[in-house]
Amino acid sequence: MGRLIRLDRTGHTTLAKWRTGDGSGEERAAAAFRAELERGMVASVSYDDGTAEVVRKLPLDAELVVLRRPIAGG
Amino acid sequence: MSATEAPAPGRVANGLDEAARLHWREDASEATLRRDGRRWTAWTAWIVTVFCVPGVLLVAIEPLTFPAAAICFAHAWAIPRIQARRGARQVVPIGSERSAARRADAAGGPERVALGLLGDLVGHAQRDLLAATGLALERGDLGVWLIGEQGAILIRPGGRRVDCWCVRVAETEELPAGDRVAHLLLALREDELGFAKVANLGFSGARWRVRQHLPAVSRPALDAARAAVG
Repeated sequence: MGRLIRLDRTGHTTLAKWRTGDGSGEERAAAAFRAELERGMVASVSYDDGTAEVVRKLPLDAELVVLRRPIAGG
Repeated sequence: MSATEAPAPGRVANGLDEAARLHWREDASEATLRRDGRRWTAWTAWIVTVFCVPGVLLVAIEPLTFPAAAICFAHAWAIPRIQARRGARQVVPIGSERSAARRADAAGGPERVALGLLGDLVGHAQRDLLAATGLALERGDLGVWLIGEQGAILIRPGGRRVDCWCVRVAETEELPAGDRVAHLLLALREDELGFAKVANLGFSGARWRVRQHLPAVSRPALDAARAAVG
């Protein structure tokens, strides 16, 4: 089960869930993903080795994709 | 925390867009950090010299001018101290005086949700340290990082020098404290050098100079980072 969440004022909001091979679920998740990127959010996937990667297309094999806002120097 | 096992074949590693947009800034590297550290050391030595030499000369010429010399010595002591204090205060541990979690309008529910996700992100080993100190410890190629709500401390290899970075979520929109740290943690994991390029270096110097200005509950995080960096 994949999950797309957005970090926001509620802590985080789950925008979509999908199962691999569930075509309509994947399409809904991909649409939600694109909409958030158009709003300026940054998508991140974490790996077991402690690294993370910015993704610009929803990785349907990922268990968790986190949407965050951009960072800036203070 | 659900984590993917490995990057999928063909997936291209992407750096931070935030760093790519800063085309006028020099890319961060181990060499630039060493250079900046040396500049901070030279600057501190210059400040101490500039104020101590006149003080010593005054006393040597006329001992009765000691009160004026004392003002010079006070400046030589205070200015480096203020710089280290500013570096330490930039980080803002969760739950500290300037934490978003202590805002009057901070809601308990979102704060707990955000801390739960952050706890999952840092993993079991670092969760207790985060809960106790308000800082997330993250190992990187440049050293060991301690991440707060509005900045990060990098403990360099060897553990003697620390760099204090000012970096935050661009538009916080009342984000819970845990989410602010999670944003920075993810960005750091995505691209450590890009993170260092985006962040502003606010201080670089001896670890003990920063430690004394951290909240008492957060100091064990610096000790743990020192131990982790080897």
